[in-house]
Amino acid sequence: MTAVDAPRIGEALGPAPARRARWLVLAIPYAWLLVLFLVPFFIVLKLSFSTAAVAQPPYLPAFDFSDGIAGLLDRARQFTVDNYLWLTDDALYFRAYLSSLRIAVISTILVLLVGYPIAYGMARAPRRWQPTLVMLVILPFWTSFLIRVYAWIGILKKEGLLNQLLLAVGVLDDPLTILNTNAAVYIGIVYSYLPFMVLPLYATLERMDASLVEAAADLGCTPRRTFWRITFPLSLPGVVAGCFLVFIPVTGEFVIPDLLGGSDTLMIGKTLWAEFFSNRDWPLASAVAVILLLILVVPIVLFQNQEQRRAEREA
Amino acid sequence: MAKKALGPVRRTFAPWDDPSTKPFIEFNGVTKRFGDFTAIDNINLGIYEREFFALLGPSGCGKTTMMRMIAGFDEPSDGKLMLDGQDLAGIPPYRRPSNMMFQSYALFPHMTVAANVAFGLKQEGMPRAQIAARVDEMLKLVKLTPFAARKPHQLSGGQKQRVALARSLAKRPKVLLLDEPLGALDKKLREETQFELSDLQVDLGLTFVIVTHDQEEAMTLADRIAVMDHGRIVQIGTPAEIYEQPNSRYVADFIGSINLIGGRITACGGGAVRLERDGGTTILVEQDLDAKVGDTAWFAVRPEKITVTMERPAEVNVNCLEGEVWEIGYLGDISTYHVRLPDGETIKATLANRTRAVQRPIGWEDKVWVSWSRDSGVVLTS
Repeated sequence: MTAVDAPRIGEALGPAPARRARWLVLAIPYAWLLVLFLVPFFIVLKLSFSTAAVAQPPYLPAFDFSDGIAGLLDRARQFTVDNYLWLTDDALYFRAYLSSLRIAVISTILVLLVGYPIAYGMARAPRRWQPTLVMLVILPFWTSFLIRVYAWIGILKKEGLLNQLLLAVGVLDDPLTILNTNAAVYIGIVYSYLPFMVLPLYATLERMDASLVEAAADLGCTPRRTFWRITFPLSLPGVVAGCFLVFIPVTGEFVIPDLLGGSDTLMIGKTLWAEFFSNRDWPLASAVAVILLLILVVPIVLFQNQEQRRAEREA
Repeated sequence: MAKKALGPVRRTFAPWDDPSTKPFIEFNGVTKRFGDFTAIDNINLGIYEREFFALLGPSGCGKTTMMRMIAGFDEPSDGKLMLDGQDLAGIPPYRRPSNMMFQSYALFPHMTVAANVAFGLKQEGMPRAQIAARVDEMLKLVKLTPFAARKPHQLSGGQKQRVALARSLAKRPKVLLLDEPLGALDKKLREETQFELSDLQVDLGLTFVIVTHDQEEAMTLADRIAVMDHGRIVQIGTPAEIYEQPNSRYVADFIGSINLIGGRITACGGGAVRLERDGGTTILVEQDLDAKVGDTAWFAVRPEKITVTMERPAEVNVNCLEGEVWEIGYLGDISTYHVRLPDGETIKATLANRTRAVQRPIGWEDKVWVSWSRDSGVVLTS
């Protein structure tokens, strides 16, 4: 009797709520993406096809629904691709994109070079210290990003702490000009984005089986070769994750080049800001943003693929 | 063929009895401390060339530390460790002539089976063609040739274990260290592999040191066993010596199943010991024992050496006890009987089931006699 009854009870209570729960679980992230990514994106996309105007809001066409469907269609005909044509016309934008990508690539490499030894040291540190070390890496996030970048002005300027120190020690006779150069931008980026590199690297290195390194040594491999043959290849997922986490936001970075960089530091984030606030050309600024997004979609998709493949491999 | 020829040689393989033979691996007063904790306490031990030596003990007894000191992952805090006449102090693991098979196998997950086996040879700078030939030979040896191109995660536990073995043998090390090598395998595979390992060791003529907590594994594989406890070696001997003549209750209890019957020595000397149990039973044992009359001692006897009978034996009160069958375990080939004595103690006995009768003559709650001969057990004083 029970064997016959049991599935019927299961059918009545199990699948329907389960289906609803699954739907709910899926709906939450999609709703999140819709409201916080897709809707703003379409607003920007729409703006990028508009024309700048001395008006409130400062672009045309401005939609209002009082004229009915016909009015909306009429206004929609005013959309234009002029902003995109303008971007291809003026070499400034192309150079800004290129310069942003170059700065992003170089700083990603710099962050990796600085971050890898830190992550490696953390993973090899005695286990009881490790939570403290992770804490120290995260600690700067407790202060405003803006304030930390401002602090670098105080360190890097001509009469700043760094120059004072180098002059006092006697390394230099004349103070270095660091602030308002690309060097200052790199310093700022490496400092600000280090945790994004260190944390994924630490996670992969810490998980690595220590007996693999011992096995390599046992088979006659010197510590240096063991690093390049065993440790580094096995930490590649962390390297890739860290590089993407740094590269993607650095490409669109605005605050650091604006505060620490010079007038010749060309980055697309700065250009975007100038178009939006100084020139009040919202449509052109939107077009710049849309192109930036398209450039970044490529590494984002690559990153997602890599993450997915890793998840599958681990499963 | 080679195995057959080695057969009789092997039966007399006992370099430890020959004072002119020098040990291949030698621990000289070796102590290892981790902070306040003494993992290895002043150990002197010689392991001979071509010997299969087992370090046996419960977890935390220091056996793995012994092995890690040979491999070079841990340095002795005190004392000297020699291998083939060379002091190992200060020699890093990658310059030692030993290879280790790790408990976790430690296969490199990003390399194929063939690359794993070739890894050590590449470090030596062996020419490419020779490496390929050696890898083929090794994979053939462990019967994994068809799996050469696979990655470790595509292998079963038994296959991983064979890759680990092939990798540690590829460099033809002077010493192969095996850290709980069969721990992760199921029973049947483990038994198969035990015999393969044993054959391999004879064929290759290498010195094997195995660390295990599994007494059966140590008994099957090893020429000699060192039983360890709290960083000390309690007894060293051949499997038969350890099993038949344990030197302490710790060893007797650790290896196999045993009955320990407490009593007081009433006579000792001339190749015999008399032990008096409370309640008047006398235990007579043929044994040379260095003990005094009046000492507390224990008679240790294995269950398979005890006879269980319904009838009263001829000589009552000597080497026999009366009790009641408390429990019977039928295991097919043998049956185990737990006989409870009037004072509450239990004696374990195993009897071979020699007939095909389903009904055994001895049943639950039967009054029985357990008895044993004078050369069946040993008297232990510690």
